[in-house]
Amino acid sequence: MNDWINIALPKGRLGEKAYGMLKNSGYECPAIHDPGRKLIFENPEKRVRYFWVKPSDVAIYVERGAADLGIVGKDILLEYEPEVYELLNLKMGKCRMAVAGKKDFRDPVGQTLKVATKFPNITRNFYAGKCRDIDIIHLNGSIELAPILGLSHVIVDIVETGTTLKENNLTVYEEIVPISARLIANVASYQFKDEAINTIRARLEEQVN
Amino acid sequence: MKTDQIWANEEQAVFALRRLYQRCGYTPYKMSQFEEYDLYVRNKDFLISDRIITFSGEGGKLMALKPDVTLSIVKNAPETPRVVQKVYYSENVYRDYREIMQAGLECVGDLTRYDIAEVVLLAVKSLALLGGRYVLDISHMGLLAAVLERCGFDEEKKKQAMGCLRRKNTHDLKALCGENHGAWECLQALSACRGGAEALDALRPYLTAPSEQQAVGELEALLGILKASGYEAQVRLDFSVSNDLGYYSGVVFRGYLEGIPESILSGGQYDKLPRKMGRKSKAIGFAVYADLLQELYREKNPFDVDTLILHDGSVSLTELTAAAAAAAKDGSVLVAASVPNGRSWKKLIRFEKGGQVL
Repeated sequence: MNDWINIALPKGRLGEKAYGMLKNSGYECPAIHDPGRKLIFENPEKRVRYFWVKPSDVAIYVERGAADLGIVGKDILLEYEPEVYELLNLKMGKCRMAVAGKKDFRDPVGQTLKVATKFPNITRNFYAGKCRDIDIIHLNGSIELAPILGLSHVIVDIVETGTTLKENNLTVYEEIVPISARLIANVASYQFKDEAINTIRARLEEQVN
Repeated sequence: MKTDQIWANEEQAVFALRRLYQRCGYTPYKMSQFEEYDLYVRNKDFLISDRIITFSGEGGKLMALKPDVTLSIVKNAPETPRVVQKVYYSENVYRDYREIMQAGLECVGDLTRYDIAEVVLLAVKSLALLGGRYVLDISHMGLLAAVLERCGFDEEKKKQAMGCLRRKNTHDLKALCGENHGAWECLQALSACRGGAEALDALRPYLTAPSEQQAVGELEALLGILKASGYEAQVRLDFSVSNDLGYYSGVVFRGYLEGIPESILSGGQYDKLPRKMGRKSKAIGFAVYADLLQELYREKNPFDVDTLILHDGSVSLTELTAAAAAAAKDGSVLVAASVPNGRSWKKLIRFEKGGQVL
C-alpha cells in the first residue's frame, strides 16, 4: 500500500504561502529550501512529497493522479473543469475574474462583442448566460493591450488590485466571479487515503478560519 | 507467469468478468460496430462524451461508431410484466477519437429489488475480481433529486448544487444556499456522508420527506445485502457520486482500484432513459473501463521478458531450443542475436560457441 501523500504546489508566491500552511499543519519538508534544481522534495518521516509545477498545471497533475493533493486558483478550476474534489477554500491569493475595458467603452449592443482573454471557457460560459454573441480572441499574455489597440472591445481577466488597469486607462465593468486558492484532491486517491487527506484538510481549515 | 500478472492483463480480466456475469444467468450481447447517429444525438446527455465519430452510411444516412452500448440494449428492452432481460458485453467503444475496451452488463425490463441488488453485488464482485484494494462508492439519484426539490432550488441552482456535491465543495455549496439554512444543513450532511450503515443513520434526521425515506430504505437494504455478502469494508455511501438527473433515478455507484487514478467502474439505475424512448421498462447496469487496467499492468511488471537469451549464431539449434525451453519454466523468454532496443529483462543468458556464458 502506498501511504505517501504527493502534493503539487504552484510555483510562486501562492505556492510558498500554501507550503507555509502545510508546514504549520505538521507536514514540513526541510529539503524544500535546498537550493538547486531538484524538482521533488520528500520528508520520509511524514510520508509527504512536494513538487513545484506551473500554476495552470496543478489541476492536471492532480486529476491524472500524479499528485494526491494540489493547491490551485479557482480560475484554473473554472477554466479547465477538471474532475477533482475541491475540498477547501484557502481564502488566499484573493482576486476576481472581471470584464474590463477602456474608460469610455460603450457596449456595441447591435454588434458581436469582441472579447480578449486567457480564459476562453469562463468567458464563453459567462456570456452564454447573458445570451450575448461574442467573438473570443484567445491571448496568452498582455491582455490589457487588446482594447487599447482596438483588437477587442473588452477583456476578461484576473484583477487583483486594479493598478495595471488604471495605469492603462482601463476600468472594471463587471465582476464575473471572485477567485481564491483551493485545496484539491484526486478522486481515486481520496478513496484510499481519505483519512490522511481529511486530516490535512482539517488542519488547513483551522488556519483559514 | 504469476496469477497477479495474468489478472493485470486487461484482456484476461475481461474474460474473467464475462465468466462472472455468465454464472449469474447473464447472456452475451454482441452489437454491430456502428449505429444510426440519430440514436446517440437524441440522448446526448446520457453519453460520457459528446464527441462522436460519424460517417455517411448507405443512402447517405449518418452513422456513428458506437460511443456506448447501453442505448442499443435499452431501445430493445422488454416491456412485458415480470420479464427481465439480463445481458453482458465486452465491446470496444469510440469516444474522443479513442478506442476504449469496455465490459459491463445491463439488466432491463420489469426489475425487482433482487435484480437491483444483484447488479450492485456484481459491481463489487467485479472489482474484487480485478485484484488489489478496491472501493465501491454508492449514492442515490432519487434521493438527491428529492432533497434538491425540497430545498426549493430552480433548475440552474440544482445543477450548481449537484456540481458542488460532486466535487465535495462545501464552501461554494454554503454560498449557494445563502440564507436557506435548512437546505445548507441537509446538503452539508449529504456532502460529509462517507461510510456504511452508521453514515446512513446520521443522515436520517435530515431526510424526512416520504420520497427521501423511500430512497433511504433502498440504500439501507442494499447496504445490508452487501454486508451480508462480506463487502461491508469496501463499500461506502458517498453522495459525490452522481449521474445526470435527467436519466438516472435510483442507486448510482462508482468503483475504484488502488493504483488507477480514476474510477474504473461506473453504473446505476437509469429508468428515465427507457421512458424517454417511449418504453415502460426499468433499467440498471454498469460498465468496467478495462483499458485503465493497463496502468496496473505497467506498474506490476517492470520487465518486458523474464529471460533474454543472447546467442552469436554459432550455437547449435538443438542447444538453443533446449535452453529456451528450460528458461520458459521461469516465465517468458526472448531469444535474440543482439541486444533488443528498448526492451528490459530480468535474467540474461549468453550463448557463444563452446557453451553458456553468464
